[in-house]
Formats: sequence, C-alpha cells, structure tokens
Amino acid sequence: MIMRVADVQLSFPAILIALLIDGVAHSLLPREVQTRITLYVLIAAIALSYWVHFARTVRGSAMVERSKEYIQAARVIGVHPARIVIGHLLPNVIGPVLVIATINLATAILTEATLSFLGVGLPPTEPSLGTLIRVGNDYLLSGDWWISVFPGTVLALLILSVNLLGDWLRDAFNPKLR
Amino acid sequence: MAAQPFYSRGMSNTEALLKVENLRVEVPTRRGTLVAVDDVSFDIAPGEVLGVVGESGAGKSLTGAAIIGLLEPPLKIAGGSITLAGRRIDNLPYEAMRRIRGKEIGAIFQDPLTSLNPLYTIGRQLVETIRTHLDLGPAKARGRALSLLREVGIAGADERIDHYPHQFSGGMRQRVVIALALAANPRLIIADEPTTALDVSIQAQIIALLKRLGRDHGTAIMLVTHDMGVIAETAHRVAVMYAGRIVEIGPVRRIVDRPSHPYTKGLMASIPRTAGPRGRLRQIDGTMPRLNAIPPGCPFSPRCTEALDRCRRERPDLMPANETQAACWQCAPVAEHANA
Amino acid sequence: MPERDVLLEVNDLERHFDVSAPALERLLQSKQRVAVKALDGVTFTISRGETFSLVGESGCGKTTVARCVVGLYRPTAGNIVFDGVDLGRLRRRKAMAPIRRRMQMIFQDPYASLNPRWRVRRIIAEPLVTHGLVADKAELRARVAELLEQVRLAPADGDKFPHEFSGGQRQRISIARALAANPEFLVCDEPTSALDVSVQAQILNLMRDLQRRLRLTYLFISHNLAVIYQVSDRVGVMYLGRLVEVATADQLFTAPRHPYTRLLLETIPRLDPPDDPLGGREPVAGEVPNPIDPPPGCAFHPRCPYANDRCRRERPSLLAAGGAPVACHAVQEGRLPTSVR
Repeated sequence: MIMRVADVQLSFPAILIALLIDGVAHSLLPREVQTRITLYVLIAAIALSYWVHFARTVRGSAMVERSKEYIQAARVIGVHPARIVIGHLLPNVIGPVLVIATINLATAILTEATLSFLGVGLPPTEPSLGTLIRVGNDYLLSGDWWISVFPGTVLALLILSVNLLGDWLRDAFNPKLR
Repeated sequence: MAAQPFYSRGMSNTEALLKVENLRVEVPTRRGTLVAVDDVSFDIAPGEVLGVVGESGAGKSLTGAAIIGLLEPPLKIAGGSITLAGRRIDNLPYEAMRRIRGKEIGAIFQDPLTSLNPLYTIGRQLVETIRTHLDLGPAKARGRALSLLREVGIAGADERIDHYPHQFSGGMRQRVVIALALAANPRLIIADEPTTALDVSIQAQIIALLKRLGRDHGTAIMLVTHDMGVIAETAHRVAVMYAGRIVEIGPVRRIVDRPSHPYTKGLMASIPRTAGPRGRLRQIDGTMPRLNAIPPGCPFSPRCTEALDRCRRERPDLMPANETQAACWQCAPVAEHANA
Repeated sequence: MPERDVLLEVNDLERHFDVSAPALERLLQSKQRVAVKALDGVTFTISRGETFSLVGESGCGKTTVARCVVGLYRPTAGNIVFDGVDLGRLRRRKAMAPIRRRMQMIFQDPYASLNPRWRVRRIIAEPLVTHGLVADKAELRARVAELLEQVRLAPADGDKFPHEFSGGQRQRISIARALAANPEFLVCDEPTSALDVSVQAQILNLMRDLQRRLRLTYLFISHNLAVIYQVSDRVGVMYLGRLVEVATADQLFTAPRHPYTRLLLETIPRLDPPDDPLGGREPVAGEVPNPIDPPPGCAFHPRCPYANDRCRRERPSLLAAGGAPVACHAVQEGRLPTSVR
C-alpha cells in the first residue's frame, strides 16, 4: 500500500512537490509563525519529496536480503523479529541507502538553492546559497559577476565533496574490503 | 622455461583439431601476479570428447574461457599457444576472434536461463546467429534453425521456434542453447558445466544428446565439469586439473578405475556411489591451495599421503604412468623404465 | 541402532502457494486465483537417532517439507508433531522457543547462510544469546571455541568474517551454529550440494561423527542419490509434492519399486556405465510437469511405462507393500516386474 503511494508520488517532479508543500504552508500559517518556521517547513518539504527514493531502494534491498538464508537461519534459531531487522537486515541494506543519502543530500542542497532562487525558500534575511545566486543574477552582466559565480562554485564543490564522502562511507562499511 | 609438452594423443591418428600447448593464464593483482592456469597442454581430435575435471579454483573454466577468447580482463593469456585446425587463435585481434567464436567454436555455459536473451524469441536468436556466421537468406536460415531444434530434440519445433525462453523448461532451454552453439556448424564445442543446473533425469538426456552430436557431426567437445559421473558417461579422455595444472590425463576408464596420481586416487575414492559399502567416505584432508599460496614443488604435496622429499622441492611435469600420464614423482620409475 | 522412539511425525502435510496475478490484473482480466500445491499430503515419521532422507528432483517439494518442519512456513493443512507436541498448536513465538532450541537447520548455500557483516564468533553465538544459555562473556567465548573445535576449525577463526573462508569451511561454521544450543534434531537442506566432491566427503564424514557423538537425528534433503545412499537409514522419494516410496536405504537401492524411483536410479550418471558402443542407455523422455497443473490421478502417469486407466484417474495412496510404503497402482496390483540391481 505504501509503495502505491510512493509510485504515485514518483510521477510528479520532486520540485513541484516541494513547491506545493511550501505554498500550502505559506497560505495556511499566519505571518509571524511563517518567518520563524520557514526553515522547518523547507526541511519538511524536501524530506517529503525525496523519501520515495529511499523507500524504493530499501524495499528492493530488503526483499532481496529477506530471502537469503542467513535471515532464515535467524528465524529458525528463534531470534525475535525486531532483532532480525535491526541486527541482520539493516546492516546489509544500509549500503545503497548511504549512497543514495549522499546523492540526495546534494540534491537537497540544490533544491533549497532552487527554491530560494525562485523566492519561495528561505526569506532574504536568512543566509542561503540559492538566495545569493538569485540576487547575483541581476548583476551577472553588469560587471559584478562574482556575486553569483562564487556561491555557485561553492555549491558545486560542496555537492562534489558530499558525493565523495558517500562513496568512502560505503566502502568503509564493507567488511570485504577491510 | 616451458617443458616439452607431452600430451596423450587423440583417439586415433587423425590430426588433432585443437592443440593447447603450455597455456598460461595470469591475473595481475595488487600483491603480485597470480597464475591461474599453469603450463597446461592437451589436444582434442575431431569427434572426441575430452573431459576436464577439477574442483573449484582448479582453473578448468578459465582454460575453456581462454580457448574461446572470453577471458575477462585483467585475466590474460601470458604464455603458450592455442591452435585450432592448424591456425593459432590465442593471439588474434578482437574482431578476428569474434568471427571464429560461433563459427568454429561453439560454447555452452552452465546456466541456460542467462545464456538466452529473454526479450527475443529463440527463433530470432537462432536465425541471428546463423546469419552472422553463414551466408544464408532469412528463409534458409529459419529452415536451418528448425532442423537444429529438431535435432536437439525439441518436440513441436515448428511452433516452439517462435516461443520465448521463459516458455521453456530448464532442460528444454539447455537444448536450445546447444542448438545455438551448433548453429554455425562449429568444429569444436566448449561446454562448461552444461548439466549441473539440471535435474538428474534431464542430465541423462543432455549427455546422450552431446554424445550423439559428437558422433554424427564429428564435433570435438571439451566438457568442463566437476561431476565425474557425467565425465564417465560422456568423455573418451579426461584431464584432471589441480591448482591450475593438469595432474593426470588419459583414457576415461583408466582414470576412473586405475588412477595413478594421488590426487586422482583421492578424488575417485571420495565420490559416493550408489552400491557397495555405506558409511565413512574416503576423504582428502585439507583444501586446494589458493592462487596466492601455491606451495613449492608439487602443489598437491602438502595433502599427499605418498609425498616424497623430492615432491616438496621439485615440480613434476606430466610423465607416462600406467596407461595414463601423471605429474607425479611416484611415477618416475615407470617413466625411467619406459625410457630405458 | 535407532531406538524405536518416534521423534518427528508428519501427517498429511499440505502447503499451497498463491501464485495468482496481482489483484488489479485479476479484476481487469477476470482471472482466477491460482495456487501451487507444493506439498500435497505428505506423511512420514522419523525415529530418534536415525537419518531419514528425502530425495527428488527440483520442484518435488522436499525443501518445502524441510521448511514446514522447522517452522519457516505454516502448513496449509496437516500437522507436524515433534516429540509429542503438535507444532500447529503453538501460535505464539514464546511457545515455539523451547522447540526451536531442540530443532535446527543447515542450509544449502554456504555463501548466503551466514551474515556477511558479522564476525564468525557472533554468528555462532547467536543461538546461545537468543536462548539465554550462557551466563557471561567468558562462558560465551569458551563455548564458541568449543564449537569451532568440534567442527575442526580453530578458535581463532571466530574473529574472522565469512568471506575469508572457503565453501566447505563456511558449512562447518553453519554446522557449529546449528549445534550451539545442543539440539536433538537437525534438518539438513542439501548441505553439500554446493561443495566440491572432496570437500563433500569431509563434511559428510564430520556430520556422521557428530551424529554418533551427540546422538542427533537428521532429516536429510538432497537430490544426489549417491549421497543419500551413503548417509541414510531410511529414504523417502518425492515427486510433485507427494511421497511415492519410503524404504530403507538398502531396500531402495537394491530393489526399487516405484517406477519413478527406478527411473531415477537408471538415469544417474554412473562411474561405471555399461559398455555401449552406441553411446549409452536411452534415457526416458519427459520432464517433471508444471506443479500448477499436475496431471490427474497419479502424478507420474505421463512418464510411466506401466500406467493404465486407473493410474490416469485415481491417485494412488501410500500403502505398505512388503513392509515399506509405496504409492503405485501397478505395484499394488502386482503388475510391476520386480527389479533387483
């Protein structure tokens, strides 16, 4: 059932979902509350748009692992189901999750940047790479190009390092390479 | 330095179809170069079935892969030669080898499920292979595909030719794979564990099929497997591999009934039978050495109950022994006697 | 000699799997629900101390029997009685716990049956921890070392990961894990099928020694008749979810009765095939039918050279004939020529 919801949600671009959540939050909440919790609304919006990727991957991995014999051995031994999930399943499923997590971290940063660029993310009072790029956009051709370019470069480098971290983490957790 | 190859002759005096001489397959690793196939020599005559038997890691599949030219890098042929019908094939460029593969050499692998493309009908896969290697128009190619299917024993070939692989059972799929391997009328077939994934009663059918093909078409077959029973039923001669080397080679009945090499003796003794005394099986203690830990001298010496001092120092080459050839110093007196 | 004390009783065991198309598809295409009868009424008993084997080709249901006995599947019908306790009545996990301690399983795939991320020590200790059988860490370590030595591995191997071991060694680790809680009954699902022949000999010898020493009872599943011959006291032959013949190992291999048993024994590749210049025996044609749509009457009749009308209509039941049950009309009617190998 959950997977059907995920399937439906996957047919919408994540950005639209984030926009939708953001827009709804803005219209529903009174002004004063808005500025204070914008950050949290943003986090919620991004999280709710991207959970589907994790759900799919974890489900796929879990289903493969579940039929493996070491899980069945644990059941035959009589291990409590919760311990099977935590002790056996989770460590073996976490690998792909880590990789996706880091990619999504990068995407989340980008999404926040995009939303701020579009003006519906963080208000101009809060620091944000996206806001900086947006603001600098107007000055791009008039000589003050650096207002956009430096934040843009920082964003790119940030995403690159996060991805590399993800690869390294996945390898570090692989006992075969120890 | 390569030893002078001394491999047993084929069944008759016909010129060997496949000659493998001092083949060496290496894989470079971070910790040095490992030798996966070490100075392997044998030949196969047309119509002959040569069984290559050994346990996991012995190098038998890699030998087959080297012959077809399907070694995955970083594995590579590092020495020796492979000659097919008088022509060297181990040093050919990719394109030339690709043409030979399929046309002159057919291949059958273990898992029929993954050997066939699930997206295309078997008819299409057959016709494609036929037309790639033979100069036939579509109608003629389809006709040949049909006759191939009938030959491998697929009932109702006229309809089944348009079926997809998943519509066939395991045994039928393997027959289709054999038909594919035969499509361009190759002179040599390399079969790597062709019956291992199949039920026992189907195994028997496939074995009978392979033997009949060898007889009727004069196709040489190199049958790689760990199952001695299949070899005993199908092969004319057997090569026993251990740690990348051939330790004994000879006619199948000699190897099974009167082996000379201690490893072959141990192997035959540990095979369970369906008659005779029950109870403890004879076992060989220890395990086959990993490629990065091959002992000096004879690779089997640490596990050998008959090991001499010489065995631990000097590596024996194949030498004549009681109607087979064995790489064992215990057989040296026989060899010296033979040379006297 | 096994004592005449029945440890396990399986009665009319049935297990069906639902292989219907997903609900939406069934709705749109008016398809029916389809079930595969992996087990269609299997009955046998195992005595304390004996090795009872189930043999058959793929799809015959022998692995399903193993899984039902050990509690991985719930039977669709029939019951399983272990040492007098009807396992079907034990609904709650806690109630099953003492039974689980006494009954363990060894799996076929040495590469998938050990958690690749756990050290061997932890893998073997799991039953001890789950059933609270050790008081402290020191006792745990000692017991794990003892178990490792029992399967002829070194205590130092406990610190390694599964991938550092060969297939045969991993099976030894599986055996050590299965023995940790001192079970009486081991279900062995093709324990040596994935191993090389010489390693198989080592493992089978080990299992034989352990059985003697620890007085274990084995339910041994295999498709390899030669292995079955070597290890079994009694053998059950299965075909398409049904038991077709049960006999002692000697009886089965010297005087097989059911036509399917005879077919199996005829077709296994032999190390000493009869000399035949034309290339060997003509094997019987046909393959195991699709379990979703089994033949009516006797499941084997399409491939059976002795099938008559009754075989096509009426399913034979497992009736004792000469002291050992066989499910075949031809045998019961005395139509079958005796064969002695």
